[in-house]
Formats: sequence, C-alpha cells, structure tokens
Amino acid sequence: MKITEKDVTYVADLANLELSADERARMVRDLNSILGYIDRLNELDTSNVEPMAQVSDRYGVDESRRGSERFAYATREDISEGLRKSLPQEVALENAPDADGTFFRVPKVIER
Amino acid sequence: MELSQLTIDSVRSSIQERTTTALALAEAHYARIQKEDGEIGAYLTLCKERALEQADRIDRMAAEGKPLPPLAGVPVAIKDVMSTCGVRTTAGSKSLAHYIPPYDCTAVAHMEAAGAVVLGKTNCDEFAMGSSNENSAFKSVRNPRDLSRVPGGSSGGSAAAVAAEMAVVALGSDTGGSIRQPASFCGVVGLMPTYGRVSRYGLIAFASSLDHIGPLTRTVKDAAIVLRTIAGRDPMDSTSADVPVPDYVAELKKPIRGLKLGIAKEYFGDGLDDEVRQSAESAIDKLKSLGCELVPLSLPHTPYAIPTYYLIATAEASSNLARYDGVRYSYRAPGVKSLSEMYRRSRDEGFGAEVKRRIMLGTYALSAGYYDAYYLKAQKVRTLLTRDFEEAFRKVDAIVTPTSPTAAFRLGEKSNDPLAMYLADIYTVTADLAGIPGISIPCGETKEKLPIGLQILGKHFDEATILRVANAFEQAA
Repeated sequence: MKITEKDVTYVADLANLELSADERARMVRDLNSILGYIDRLNELDTSNVEPMAQVSDRYGVDESRRGSERFAYATREDISEGLRKSLPQEVALENAPDADGTFFRVPKVIER
Repeated sequence: MELSQLTIDSVRSSIQERTTTALALAEAHYARIQKEDGEIGAYLTLCKERALEQADRIDRMAAEGKPLPPLAGVPVAIKDVMSTCGVRTTAGSKSLAHYIPPYDCTAVAHMEAAGAVVLGKTNCDEFAMGSSNENSAFKSVRNPRDLSRVPGGSSGGSAAAVAAEMAVVALGSDTGGSIRQPASFCGVVGLMPTYGRVSRYGLIAFASSLDHIGPLTRTVKDAAIVLRTIAGRDPMDSTSADVPVPDYVAELKKPIRGLKLGIAKEYFGDGLDDEVRQSAESAIDKLKSLGCELVPLSLPHTPYAIPTYYLIATAEASSNLARYDGVRYSYRAPGVKSLSEMYRRSRDEGFGAEVKRRIMLGTYALSAGYYDAYYLKAQKVRTLLTRDFEEAFRKVDAIVTPTSPTAAFRLGEKSNDPLAMYLADIYTVTADLAGIPGISIPCGETKEKLPIGLQILGKHFDEATILRVANAFEQAA
C-alpha cells in the first residue's frame, strides 16, 4: 500500500475537497490500484530524457533564442479591448450563485 | 426525407436547389430527437430558437438565390464541453448544471459562420473524463446499435447523435481517445486533429496540453469539410498553430497508391479481442490491395502510454478544475458558514466520483515529494512516446491500428473498476500524448452486429494523408 487514509486526507485538503468517510476509504483503494499500475514507468531509464510539457514545444520553439524568447510564437502584443471586449459587469455576474449587483458575495472570510 | 443518407454536401445542394429547406431539415431532426432520444440520451440541451433562427437565415439566402456557405443548413450537435453563448453548457457536471456562457467557443462560431444549424448540446462524461459516458452527472447515453451497451466516451452523446440520425455531424473533444473511441463504438467517423490545429478557445478545459476539438461524422468527406471549417490559428488560443490549412476535400482526391502504412506490433498484442483483430487485419489487407505498402514496425514505449497519460491528464485536470470554487459561475453548496467550507462542500457536492478521483490523483502527482517521481517522470516518458512516432514517421506516411481493443461493452461492465475503464483507451492515448492526428473509421462488425473501428494515425499537421487513406478505404468498402 503506497497511499494511506492519512495521505488521502492530506491530498483532499490540498485539492479543497472534503470527501465522506466512505469516499476516503474507496479513494485509498482506487488510488493504490492505479498507482500500482503507474509504477511500471520505473522500468524506464529517463535520466537523459528532456521532459515534454507541451506538444507545441516540438514545433513552435525557436531554438536559436534564449529564455522566454524561445516561446515568441505564443505571444502577442498586450492590447486592451482588442481581441474581445471585456464583459460588462452585469454579464460577468449573471452566473454567480450570489452577487449584489457589483460584487460576488461570499461567506465571511475573517472571523472576529 | 431519409435522414441517414444526409451529408454536408447533399444538405447544402438540396437547400440551394430548393428541394428542401433548412427549416424542414431542422424540424425533421427535432422530430427524430423527440422520438428516439428518450431511450438514447444523447442530448442534454436543445436550442431550438437558435437553430430555427439560423435555418431561417439560410432559407432566406437560398430564396434570394445567393450562393450558400459550405455547411449551409447542416444540423449539427455540439458536445456540451464547448461554450455556446446564451445556451446552457454543463460539461456533464452538476457543478455547471445552470451555467450559461457569455461567449461562443471559436469552433462553434466557425461552424455557425459556415451556415451550420446547431440543434443542441450533447451528453458526455463529466468534464470529458470517461470512456463510456456513464460519468455524466445527468444520465448515461446508450449505444444506438444496442441499448444495453455504452456508446463510448467521453463524446458518447455526439457519436450517438450522428449514429442515430439525430444530427448530420457533431463536434466532440478528444483528450485520451474521446472522439475516436466513441466513433468506433457507434460506427461513425471520428477525427482528432493535430494538437493546435483547432482552437481550444471556449472549450471547457480538462487537460490543456492534451485537449483537442474535432468532428464526428458519417463520411470521411464530411470530416474533411468540418476540419477545413474549424481549423486555423486563433489569436484567442496561444497554442493554436500558425500553420497553413490545406483544402482537405481537394486532398481526398489524391491517390493512395504507394503510400507506406506502418503496422505497429504493440497494437496487436494481448488484450485485443479476436473479432476486432480479424476486422482490423482484413481492413489492412484491403488497404494493401488498394496499393499501399505495409511496413511492420515497433513503437516500443506504447505499454507505458496509459500510466503516462493518467499522470499528465490528471495533474493538468487538478489544476484546471481548481477554478470551480462556487463563487463566479459554478455550483455553491447551500448553508455554508465560512469561505473554506464553501469551497470544500461546493466541490464535494458538485463533482462526481471519477472527477474527484482524478483531481486526487493529479494533486498527489504534483504534491511536494512526489512531483519528480510521478509528474516529471511522466513528462519524460511522454518525450519517449513522441520520439517513437517521430522515428516511425521517418519510414512511413501513416500508421494503422484498431481504434479500441474491444467493441462496445455493456453499461455497468467497467464502471466499478477505474483501471479497467482506463485500459479502454490503450490504443488512442498515444496520439494525444504525441499531439499527432488520428481518425477512426468503421471497418466491420462483430457477430453481434457491433461496429468495429480502424484507427489511422498521421504526422503532425498531416491530417490530409490520414483523411485520404480513410476516404479510399470507405469508398472501396
């Protein structure tokens, strides 16, 4: 067993999930089964292999440049109201579970 | 009107020639949906007003004798992970059950600009996470060929809608096989373009480095027409590629004689169903008889694709799904007393079991102490998998495999075993990881009359070749 109930509680906390006792027990079982399968990756020696974060790294990057310049293909000029108008406030608030017309409303953050 | 015979070109020309109207076609499809979809469950939301308005616009153009755009009057279904302005978009999740996007996904906008009539939004696994469509928070989709079986997933509703004549074409999304596998289970064509070929703007994110939008259709030519419509650089998606878009339909006419097709042994090993193997092998023989040269080859890292995929996809998903906080547009649990309780309970109640499982796995793989062992390791193996393909494509023009190791399985058959479900994607996840295009086309049936799919994989940005091979196979069948 790689993952214990304590690990599940810790990871759930990181992910902002609560999970019921039943869900936690099932998660221990499922994650151990999946990670057991994932362990086969350790059969491969990857010590000299570059990680691949994006497919576009393989065709867009300008190798002659340095740092973030290499990703120039993905950048554009910073223009306001250029590509798409910003949403009007009332539209931006329309899907909110709770709003007061100006702000999103949430339960109190700071107790006193 | 025989709905099963309709193609993009036949719809457009019959409207242009005034033998039918876009309005009549839309109504005929809604009648069919009314009659059939209670059992199948392909649609989550219909947008009749929007559809009829567009149909009327097309009919007025036809009445005025104006030339019609390429998809004029074509009834289409859109997977419910693509945002539609003013039309509810749920991603199959309770957390977005009431979400109404304030803007359109670029691919949907392109379809409508080309004259397509959007009938509604199709059911899918929650946040596109699943291979059977049983993870939808609303209802399962049933396979139109056999209602006891799944349609595949996650674009199960899109595949079922096209197969059951409830749309002429559909858009789906593919992160690990979610266009190709349901296409194969439902007996339709499903095309996943190269990563970056089609803008992801307005697509509800699952795993950003793996998500693709593509068509599900009844003919290869229709897939080519839809790809031509939705492909191209979009300033709203920085990963969309600035690569010229060829005329895919014109490319279909080129001969396939002399093309080299790779046959990778790793796709014909243990776990492949006998009937699927026979069907794929006879399809490959057929391609040989059409003049293609078969080249046996090996993609040695294939057995590592599923574990690689389930680390990268879940890591990206755990990050993308952090935005569902119950503040701006997603579900908020009632009666919460503090902000942190609101986050937790809203996510607990808003997400289904598979989504939580993937968030947990992804968060674990990214957490301190495990990042190198899991996430970074998977990114390195992703390089190896991609190199396998790059190596192979120095020798061949395309690679032919079965799409899925089995035909459609039964509802409930794998739903309690996440690992067994993940293995349903064993032949499709490789292309998502490498970013290469792939198409699934029908190539036969099992004894129980279940469709079998053949997958053709191509080089980066070379959808034209796989479409050409697929079209030649379809025409020869």
